[in-house]
Amino acid sequence: MSKHLTMEELDAQELKAAAKITAVRVYEAPLRIWHWVNAFAILTLCLSGYFIGSPLPTQPGEASANYLMGYIRFAHFAAAMVFTVGFIGRMYWAMVGNHHARQLFILPFWSGHWWAEVFRELRWYLFIEKEPKKYVGHNPLAQLAMFFFIVLGSLFMIATGMALYGEGLMQDHWIAKLFGWVIPLFGQSQDVHTWHHMGMWIFIVFTMIHIYVAVREDIMSRQSIVSTMISGVRTFKDDRLD
Amino acid sequence: MGMTETFYDVMRRQGITRRSFLKYCALTASALGLGPEFVPQIAHAMETKPRTPVLWLHGLECTCCSESFIRSAHPLAKDVVLSMISLDYDDTLMAAAGHQAEAILEEVMTKYKGNYILAVEGNPPLNQDGMSCIIGGKPFLEQLKHVAKDAKAIISWGSCASFGCVQAARPNPTKATPVHEVIFDKPIIRVPGCPPIAEVMTGVITYMLTFDRIPPLDRMGRPLMFYSQRIHDKCYRRPHFDAGQFVETFDDESARKGYCLYKVGCKGPTTYNACSTIRWNEGVSFPIQAGHGCIGCSEDGFWDKGSWYARLTDIHQFGIEANADKIGGAVAAGVGGAIAVHAAVSALKRAQHKGE
Repeated sequence: MSKHLTMEELDAQELKAAAKITAVRVYEAPLRIWHWVNAFAILTLCLSGYFIGSPLPTQPGEASANYLMGYIRFAHFAAAMVFTVGFIGRMYWAMVGNHHARQLFILPFWSGHWWAEVFRELRWYLFIEKEPKKYVGHNPLAQLAMFFFIVLGSLFMIATGMALYGEGLMQDHWIAKLFGWVIPLFGQSQDVHTWHHMGMWIFIVFTMIHIYVAVREDIMSRQSIVSTMISGVRTFKDDRLD
Repeated sequence: MGMTETFYDVMRRQGITRRSFLKYCALTASALGLGPEFVPQIAHAMETKPRTPVLWLHGLECTCCSESFIRSAHPLAKDVVLSMISLDYDDTLMAAAGHQAEAILEEVMTKYKGNYILAVEGNPPLNQDGMSCIIGGKPFLEQLKHVAKDAKAIISWGSCASFGCVQAARPNPTKATPVHEVIFDKPIIRVPGCPPIAEVMTGVITYMLTFDRIPPLDRMGRPLMFYSQRIHDKCYRRPHFDAGQFVETFDDESARKGYCLYKVGCKGPTTYNACSTIRWNEGVSFPIQAGHGCIGCSEDGFWDKGSWYARLTDIHQFGIEANADKIGGAVAAGVGGAIAVHAAVSALKRAQHKGE
């Protein structure tokens, strides 16, 4: 269609369009830092957690010369503390940050319009809709997924993980007092281990979908996705209203 | 009650010397983790307090708790504890039988109303109107409720009474039910294990008799002095765990070197008990020392939390050979495949509309 235009003409056309394309500041710096710290914490937690459940092959030499399992467990616990403190910080930011920071925690569950948009977004992923709508924050489907995987998922992993961590600290420690009730709730310690382990797989599956969808949306939707979590700015590819 | 004897009276009558008695008091104090200043306190209590009878009921069980109990070495069960706690009714150990035995039960219940301890070994089955366990012609549940009514406290001996154990394992055909799910109005001390360690059993009973109160319990109702730490926390093979040195199969070099049994399914990291400190048979050994992983016999539903030879628990809802990694791995592979297909379709769609 534009094959007959010269390079200069093309550039001029694009510049004219760009003048109208808007950019909105969405994610503030603390939120972006949390996202990446959280991502690395989850990566560490999944790797170290997997090797706690299925340890590496036996180390040669004296026991006193090795501490592999100790280091793996340390990495897991350290990352878990970063993850937990990060999540608390993220909840605080939901209160003091901009309105996009609250989107993760509050689902407009009773809004029919919102549900309609969830299904519209689903149709977009099923290749039924021709094009997606524009969203400054998360699209409704993403918001739904974030709420269940990140908010509820993190709370589940923090509660079960802290309960297991508290076992080693014994029942007088505040962590054991705060989370010890989780263990009888699931039955016994082994059950909590199993559920916590399943939680790891839920996070792995979420991460796979999350990265795929972020890249796909960046290419195929009408707005920026990946760079937004780096710069905080959402840019749009067209200037139509929605 | 003029005829009420003290513990000390009973012991002397059984031919125990004062020297042995004081030794017992010292041993008991240390077994309970108390300082030397408690020895005279225990001795004084024993000399002045009227003895508390213990009624020992047997429901659905295998008698391994009784077998363990009579082998207590530390607080000298065979010499002292058995005579001291006056097992007025224990159908396995007492001489009386039949109507005579049942008469003793009624007699103690009336004479020591609200003042005796009820020890329960095994549990009541609730299906088929409780017909799977009949004591003296009646379902065990009836006897249990009858005797529990006037008891001061109840001790749930072993995993049967505490959690249900093997008879309550899936599918639990007789609906064997732990004591705390049928008796609600009495303090219940749970002493799980299959069986519990003898010294733990006598320690708990001695504590209750000497101090006239229930020992401090954890969330699950287990005495803290014996159940506050996991086998793993005090295991002598723990350094091999931290070092990452594991037995991979039971006949490998690591097994001969006595490495950690974690990878062959040891349940020490999730089992609360005192095996790795008190050990068994006069402190001779315990399962891990003998080269086999802990099976978690003092934990709720340990029969259904297998395999005993794998670290990750089987999840039967997804087939016989499933565990968290296999299920999670399969789901992740499925999602990965779906993503690949979705990405391919997306690319095709995009290519289709390129020219528009």
